Amino acid sequence: MSRTTSDSPSHAQNAAVIASSESPLNSTNSAPITHLPDQPIVVIEPRGSWRMLDLSELWAYRELLYFLTWRDVKVRYKQTLLGVAWAIIQPLFTMIIFTLFFGRLAGLDTQTGGIPYPLFAYAGLLPWTFFSNALTNSGNSLVGSANLITKVYFPRMIVPGAAVAAGLIDFAIGFVILVPLMVYYRVSPSWNLVMLPPLIVLITILAIAVGMWLSALNVKYRDIRFALPFLIQLWMFVSPIIYPASILPSKWRWLLDLNPLTGIIEAFKSALFGHPFNWTSLAIASVLTLLSLVYAAFSFSRVERGFADIV
Amino acid sequence: MKPIIKAERVGKQYRLGADTAAYSTAREAVMDILKAPLRSLRRNGSVPTIWALQDVTFEIQPGEIVGIIGRNGAGKSTLLKVLSRITEPTTGRVELYGRVASLLEVGTGFHPELTGRENIFLNGSILGMARKEIESKFDEIVAFAEIQKFIDTPVKRYSSGMYVRLAFAVAAHLQPEILLVDEVLAVGDMSFQKKCLGKMEEVATQGRTVLFVSHNMGSVGRLCRSGLLLDQGRVVFSGDITQTIGRYTQSSTSSNAEVSYVRDQDKSLQMLAARLLDHSGKTATELDRNHPFSVSVDYQVRTRIEGAHLGVMLDRIDGTPVCYATDIDSAHEGIRDRKPGTYRAVVTFPGAILNAGVYQIRLGLARFGGDVYDYREPFVFHLEDRGTFAALGAQGQQRPGILTLPLEWQTTEIE
Repeated sequence: MSRTTSDSPSHAQNAAVIASSESPLNSTNSAPITHLPDQPIVVIEPRGSWRMLDLSELWAYRELLYFLTWRDVKVRYKQTLLGVAWAIIQPLFTMIIFTLFFGRLAGLDTQTGGIPYPLFAYAGLLPWTFFSNALTNSGNSLVGSANLITKVYFPRMIVPGAAVAAGLIDFAIGFVILVPLMVYYRVSPSWNLVMLPPLIVLITILAIAVGMWLSALNVKYRDIRFALPFLIQLWMFVSPIIYPASILPSKWRWLLDLNPLTGIIEAFKSALFGHPFNWTSLAIASVLTLLSLVYAAFSFSRVERGFADIV
Repeated sequence: MKPIIKAERVGKQYRLGADTAAYSTAREAVMDILKAPLRSLRRNGSVPTIWALQDVTFEIQPGEIVGIIGRNGAGKSTLLKVLSRITEPTTGRVELYGRVASLLEVGTGFHPELTGRENIFLNGSILGMARKEIESKFDEIVAFAEIQKFIDTPVKRYSSGMYVRLAFAVAAHLQPEILLVDEVLAVGDMSFQKKCLGKMEEVATQGRTVLFVSHNMGSVGRLCRSGLLLDQGRVVFSGDITQTIGRYTQSSTSSNAEVSYVRDQDKSLQMLAARLLDHSGKTATELDRNHPFSVSVDYQVRTRIEGAHLGVMLDRIDGTPVCYATDIDSAHEGIRDRKPGTYRAVVTFPGAILNAGVYQIRLGLARFGGDVYDYREPFVFHLEDRGTFAALGAQGQQRPGILTLPLEWQTTEIE
């Protein structure tokens, strides 16, 4: 698209103007305007390719994020026979299958640092199930919300964001099974558990970053829809979910760490089982996660203005 | 006064055809994604383009209710999408001095599995209402939609009428300073449409600014005070609404003197076609006020109905009712008992009574105080004075008033 308006001088100014507006749509019971503000509340014009990420606008729309998340949660298990039980069935049955195949046949159960393999696998599958569902749901979220995107304005990031956030409920439900499993296998909790909340935040951020990026790509290239399950499957096998990272010779260990999920999942297991944390690995994962969030957010805000035209 | 909306040379270019056609091979496409994953979304191929809006410049004062009219593809909806920030203009600049809410569709984001109550909150927040605001207006919304009993039923079990009422009720309680509305009144039954129009008028009297896109000249005329006429993406006229509608109906002479409707077997009584005829029997939307003109309606009776009538309503374009007539006013008793079949009714309005101007014809198949079987707003037309009578003075100024009658004058010298 050709852009004839030169946007360099006025650009920063506009960003500031938009940023300074409070709730972009509505004031509660706003009275009819008697006198108008001196500065426009909104300026609409073609933007250059680099646009500042508008955090204050995102903040103004936080209630929409809440409602969209709430909708996804409410709707997810409507008209299903087993309802919320699906949140448990998924990781539980995957765990059973992997226990049978990998635990017994591949002999992985001897390398889990004294943790019975079913518990070990479940502790990996629990965050993994959250992560993979989050990618699937958010990756398809923008395309699935085409009717919203073409009819209403709001920061588009909210859509994949809500899709990820809705998965957190299932994640929480999955923990319910973890407790009896730990009791049954007599693994006692330790102070390491305090690391769980920050780890959950970290994996959520990673899911948002990747999901957001995929969802934007999906708007233009519907190939993503087909590539996504495949990508997720691959990702699962390159992450230490059903196997410990230690099965790799330490010479190659750094390869696994290129995947931010490695540090997070390993730390997740350490937190549950009271094993020592691999802080280096976790630090690498945190940095990679934050970098991908920044990259995804900027890429996303650069292309989001075109969504309504191509979705 | 300072405008609340200021648009300067706004243009919007769309690409035609499939975007991916710009790639010659799949390999090239993949390489492109790898090199610059997201930048390629904005790829500038040599794809044919079209300007949906071009050089659109206008100013709107606070409190104005503006009708945006034009043919299909004139750029009306694109303009609303640009103003509501759904899509970005390719060129130009718009300044908005108030908060905007847009209503491009009724029930955006409604989820069929959720209950009416849940959808009110969801839809309200999508439209930009704060949660507290929705809570405070909740009862009002439910009452307006008339769905109290079903508020905790999933909306997928609603009738289409209930669904639309609920959706409009939420939207009607938005209170932005600038409201952008697209064609939403074309839904629901007649009495609800009336209620919606009333609500919009109320919004208008509160000093809010409304931009209203519609094909229905009747509702535009009734609701708006000024108008913006678009043609092929450009503003071709702006000003007083009656003049704008006049310009529009003149510019589209061939259109709409004859309409036909899709057969709907569910309707027991339905209009199939309608024609507006001049005194020589030719279809026309520009008529001479000095001659009679007729409206011809073809309708089908599918099941035997008693007591129904075909009504024709004539309004001035600003909504002033002029007259209402039905086919049972003068007809023999037999017509009250309608047997299945297809019929044609022709009603003739006498010439030399109505003043020159822009008028609208509305048609209904209904029962007094009862069911409406079918309702249409087929024609907007001009009555021109091709004689010499109606013009006043040398400048040919139009006479005021609804009627222009050849009254008898008697003048005698009395002193």
